[in-house]
Amino acid sequence: MKVTRRTVLGTLAATSLVPAAALAQDNVLKVGVVLPMTGGFQSNGRQMQAAINAFVATRGDTAAGRRIELIIKDDASVGDNALRISQELVTRDGAEILTGYGYTPAALAGAQISARGRIPQIVTVAATSSIIDASPYVLRTSQTTPQIATPIGEWAPANGARRFMSIVSDYGPGVDAETWFEKSLLEHGGEVLEKLRVPLANPDFAPFLQRAIDQSPDALFVFVPTGAGAAFMKQFVERGLDQSGIRVIAMSDMMDDDLLNSMGDPALGVITGGPYSAAHDSPENHAFVEAFKAANDGMRPNVVAVGVWDALQLIHDTLEKTGGDASGEAFVEAARGTEMMSARGPIRIDPETREIVQNIYMRRVERGEDGELYNVEFETFEAVADPTH
Amino acid sequence: MVTLIFDGLAYGMLLFVLSCGLAVTLGLMNFINLAHGAFAMAGGYATVILTNQMGMPFLWTLPLAFIVAAVAGFVLERTLYVRMYARSDLDQVLFTIGLVFMAVSGMDWLMGSQQQILHLPSFLLGRVEVLGVNIGIYRAFLIAVCGVLAIVLQLLITRTRFGSRLRAAVDDQRVAHGVGIPVKTVFAVTFAVGSGLAGLGGALGAEILGLTPNFPLEFLIYFLIVVSVGGTSSMLGPLYASILLGLADVLGKYYIPTLGSFMIYAVLVIVLVVRPQGLFARAA
Repeated sequence: MKVTRRTVLGTLAATSLVPAAALAQDNVLKVGVVLPMTGGFQSNGRQMQAAINAFVATRGDTAAGRRIELIIKDDASVGDNALRISQELVTRDGAEILTGYGYTPAALAGAQISARGRIPQIVTVAATSSIIDASPYVLRTSQTTPQIATPIGEWAPANGARRFMSIVSDYGPGVDAETWFEKSLLEHGGEVLEKLRVPLANPDFAPFLQRAIDQSPDALFVFVPTGAGAAFMKQFVERGLDQSGIRVIAMSDMMDDDLLNSMGDPALGVITGGPYSAAHDSPENHAFVEAFKAANDGMRPNVVAVGVWDALQLIHDTLEKTGGDASGEAFVEAARGTEMMSARGPIRIDPETREIVQNIYMRRVERGEDGELYNVEFETFEAVADPTH
Repeated sequence: MVTLIFDGLAYGMLLFVLSCGLAVTLGLMNFINLAHGAFAMAGGYATVILTNQMGMPFLWTLPLAFIVAAVAGFVLERTLYVRMYARSDLDQVLFTIGLVFMAVSGMDWLMGSQQQILHLPSFLLGRVEVLGVNIGIYRAFLIAVCGVLAIVLQLLITRTRFGSRLRAAVDDQRVAHGVGIPVKTVFAVTFAVGSGLAGLGGALGAEILGLTPNFPLEFLIYFLIVVSVGGTSSMLGPLYASILLGLADVLGKYYIPTLGSFMIYAVLVIVLVVRPQGLFARAA
C-alpha cells in the first residue's frame, strides 16, 4: 500500500477512536448529528432539526438506562465539512453513534469514519443506493431513489401511461431515477420515447417541455430537486400541457410537503410516488404530525422529518435490545430485522442488506379540507426493498 | 419552431435586462463589478416579498424592484465602490466577489435557501394562439418590456445630454471634470441605474429563472458571457448578444438536448476566438 499523508492521518484517526469510545462507558451516550443547517440543503437541515425537537419533546432522551445526548453540528451543505465534523464528533466529543446526513456526499463522507471507527451510522435523508455499501455499520431510515422509481414504473403502464418522456436533472440521483424507472417500465410493457437531462444550474424548462409536447407521450416522468419542481410545474401549465392530456408522473421530491403549499394550483393533480405524505391516514401519522407541529410552530413535516424521527426511534429501540451497548457490531446486529410502525407505515431494516424496506405510495396532489395542498395516497406498493441489492 | 424562437427571444431579452447594467459599469465606467447579480437578486426578492407576502399587484412591484436595487447600488457606490475605481482590476474583482459572498450568505440568513415561488397575476399566465403559433403571455410581456427598455437605454446614451456627459466622463475623466461635468454624480447615477436595471431583471426573471440566495453566483457567468460576446461600447451589442445567446440556448436544448447548456459556451468560445473585442464592439 502506498503510504500517503491521507492514510497516515486515517490510521491515526482510527487508533485514536478506541480510547474515546472506551472513555464513554459512563451513563451518557453521545450521538453525533451532522446536519446541513446552512447552504444549499438548508431546507433539509430545518426539517431535521425540527424533527429532533419534536422527538425529544415526545419521547424524552433516555434509552436502556442511558441518557442520550445529541451533539448537533452544521456541515454547511459541503461534503468535506461532513467528513471533518464526523471525525471530530467521534474522536473529540466521543460520539458513539453518528446520524443525520442531509445529502449523499455527506453520508458517504460520514461512512468513512463509520467504517474506520466501527461506529454505527444511521442515514436519515440521503437516497443513493450505494451508501449502504460504504460501511458495514451504516443503517438507513430514509429511502433510496431506485426504491421509489421502480414502483412508479410498475404502476404507470397498468394505469394508462405507457409511452413516456423522462425529464430528470442531470446529476447522480436524477440519472439513478431515470435508469431504474426505465428498467421497471420496460418490464411492465411501457416504453421511454426519449430521455432528457436538464442541467441543474438552469431551471428554464421551456425547450425541454416543447420537445416533450412535440413527441406527444402519454406522460412525463420527472425527477428534479424540490425547488426546481415548482418552476417545472408552472411552465408545464403555462404551455397548456395540463389541458393536452399529457400527465406528469414524478418522484416524490418534486411535490415535497415542505414546498407544496407555496406551489399553488399548478401542482394540483400531479401524481408522484414516494414513501411519505403528511396526509398519510394512520393514527401513528396523526400523532406524529401533531407532535411535530406542536414542537415547531405549526410547521408541516416532510419525508426528511420522518426519516430523522425513525432514526432516533431506531437508536432507542436498538439500545434497549443491546442493553445500552452502542458498539458497531453489537448495535448493527441488533438493528438487523427491526420492524417499526413509522408515521409513513410499517418499515423494516432488511436483515441481509441493512437497507430500509418500506411501502411506496402513489399519491395525487389535492386540496385538503383545511385549504392546504396535500399528496393524497391512493395506491400502495407494500414492503418495497431497494432493487439494487 | 416559431414557438421556440419566441421562447429564445424572451430568454434573451431577460438576459439583456439582467446584464445591461453590467455592460454600463464595465464598458462605460471600466469597473469590474462581479456583484452585479446581487442587485438582481435584491430586486427579485423585493418583488417576491411584495407580491406574495404583502399582496401588492405584481406590475407595481416592478418599479419598486428597480428602486430598491438602484438605492442599494447608489449607497454602495458612494460608500464602497467609489474607493475602488482607481484600483487595479484584481482588487476590483476580489472586492466585488467578496460582496457576492456576503450577499449570498446575507440573503440565506434573511430568507432561507429555499426556492422562492412568485405568484403571477392570472392575466399574465397561460398562452394565446396567434396565427397558429402558441405564445406564452408572460414571455410576450417580457419581450415587450425588455424591448422598450433597450430602445430607451440606447436613446438615453446616444441622444441625451446626460448620455454625452457620461461618455465624455468615461473617455477622459480629468478633461470632463475640467469642462464642468460633475463626474462623480454622473458615475453615481449611472451605477444606480445599472443596479436598478439588474433589480428589474431579477424581478422579471424570478418566474422563469427561479430565485434562491445563490442567484448572483449562478448567473454571474451568463452576465459575463453577454458582456464579453456583445462588447461594451454601446447598448446594442449586449442586446444582440443576449438575443443570440437566448436563441442558441433554447434551440440547442431542443434539438440537441444531450448537450444541455453547452451550446452557449460554444458560442462564447467561437466569438472570443473570432472577434476577441466582442461581436459588436467598435474598433479600438
